[in-house]
Amino acid sequence: MDIVVCVKRVPLTEEVDLAVDEHKKGIKKDQLAFVLNDWDNYAIEEALLLKEKYGGTVTAITVGSEEDEEVLRRCLAMGADRAIRIEAGDVSRFDSFGISKILSRVVKDLPFDLVFTGVLADDDYCGMVGMMMAEELGINHANMVTAIEIENGKARTTSELEGGLGEVSLIALPALLAIQTGINEPRYVSILGIRKAAKKELKVMDLSELGISDEELSPRTIIEEVYLPPETEGAQILTGDPDKIASDFVEILTKKGVMG
Amino acid sequence: MSEVFVIVEHRLGEIRDITLEMLWKAGELAQKRSYNVTAILLGHEVSSIAETISDRADKIIISDDEQLKNFNADIYKEIIAGLIEESKPSLILIGNTAWGMELAPCLAVRTGFPLATDCIDITFRDGKLTVQRQMFSGKIFSNVSFSSSAGCLLTIRSGVFPKDRIGDRQAQIVQREFSLKEIPQKKDFIEFVETAAGDVDIAQAELLVSVGRGIGEEENISLVRELAEALNGLLSCSRPIVDKNWLPKYLQVGSSGKSVNPKVYVAVGISGAFQHLQGITGAGTVIAINKDPKAPIFRAADYGIVGDLFKIVPVLKEKVLETKKG
Repeated sequence: MDIVVCVKRVPLTEEVDLAVDEHKKGIKKDQLAFVLNDWDNYAIEEALLLKEKYGGTVTAITVGSEEDEEVLRRCLAMGADRAIRIEAGDVSRFDSFGISKILSRVVKDLPFDLVFTGVLADDDYCGMVGMMMAEELGINHANMVTAIEIENGKARTTSELEGGLGEVSLIALPALLAIQTGINEPRYVSILGIRKAAKKELKVMDLSELGISDEELSPRTIIEEVYLPPETEGAQILTGDPDKIASDFVEILTKKGVMG
Repeated sequence: MSEVFVIVEHRLGEIRDITLEMLWKAGELAQKRSYNVTAILLGHEVSSIAETISDRADKIIISDDEQLKNFNADIYKEIIAGLIEESKPSLILIGNTAWGMELAPCLAVRTGFPLATDCIDITFRDGKLTVQRQMFSGKIFSNVSFSSSAGCLLTIRSGVFPKDRIGDRQAQIVQREFSLKEIPQKKDFIEFVETAAGDVDIAQAELLVSVGRGIGEEENISLVRELAEALNGLLSCSRPIVDKNWLPKYLQVGSSGKSVNPKVYVAVGISGAFQHLQGITGAGTVIAINKDPKAPIFRAADYGIVGDLFKIVPVLKEKVLETKKG
């Protein structure tokens, strides 16, 4: 079972104040910490679990700069066999169309039974690279995958639908599966583990080697402007010392008729 | 006259709300820009669904085939790509749902049309199509335009447009047959399974105290549970808590869990991802406790407490018990 997992390094934005950059095309990133996209963390773990069960290899791949190698090293430390980074200069000039074209071109020449992506990336929230790759590669696909079992060369998958319903499908391999959070419990990675994994293969390819024309990669969608959420009335904030806040809290509950 | 396609989403014989919401937006655009609204309804024995939307579209293209009984992205893609080729619509609206998000990217590659996902509004600026989206868990908004193209594909977030009828339309019904056997069936539907069944039904609760990622560690959940118990309410949670396996799926509030409608919903350490907020639109009063004053939950809540939940929640519990004693 050879599995390729597409991953992305994203800024950690929870409990952080975000500021729009001077061109209003993105956010200021110099003060932010970066991590492996949460969905991709589950995707790597799922690939490793399948490898442990059926043998084979796990390859992690990303499009990005040298800084993005940090998440590939993490994947290697988790147990991936090798990693590939595609150097493509300023990645922000591509939209999901371009990124899926680049990834597909590289994945096409790798041996694989399964390709995994995360359902979404925590930054742009587009959620389309996976299925675009499936179409580019001409392979079977499933989205929002929360369970995978392999039987007779096919994958039995459960896809998460809205309202607490799962859809079970049988898909012939090779296939691309977009992995949903919660499918497993991703393993812990120690600093030592990351250091040890430094010996594993991390191959760098250049976009120019891939023979994709600029026109093919030109973006179809253009971010005109990004901005902070428009001011709305929002919540009435309870203020004062904890005791005052607690009294207000109880008063609200009493008024709404749920205190007795 | 130019057309807007709305791809009808339905499941187990019932139309999904997202379809009505997309038809509302399509109808609104049609009034402003004299579009025709065409609903694409692929399924089996779907006449009652067609009836439901017959006064919301100018045309309903129906393909009724046993093979279309369950959603299949490959078959949908081939049929819709063919219809796009024929009619050259300016806009194609698809739900930003599990199924829509499998279909739309494939259709974009197949047709070469630009795609913007999870749109929360569609506008025209100086005659140029511009959509609004959210990024970075809803902390940043963006306006997105498109490279020149005959048409654009948009997936629409659930719950952002009304489900109401807009304008006065009488749909012309067009029955179509497609030779589906020529489309390779790549995925076999096996069954639907309930993933959120359990002993407790949070959808029936009058008061919910809900715990989110801010709780940090599994053992801290007891803190929130105790507040729920003091209030005779039920404990529920947001997705990250279920993802970590700390609480069962049937306690999850949100689009992939349960939609709830308590009189009061107390959100503890929940940042307020839109998937979560979609599950609490039916709540009477929302009280949020979070240390990040910029957390999106405060935009959806009626009352907010900004601060450290580990300090605040025990004080709330004590005050509740004290008040009950009288």
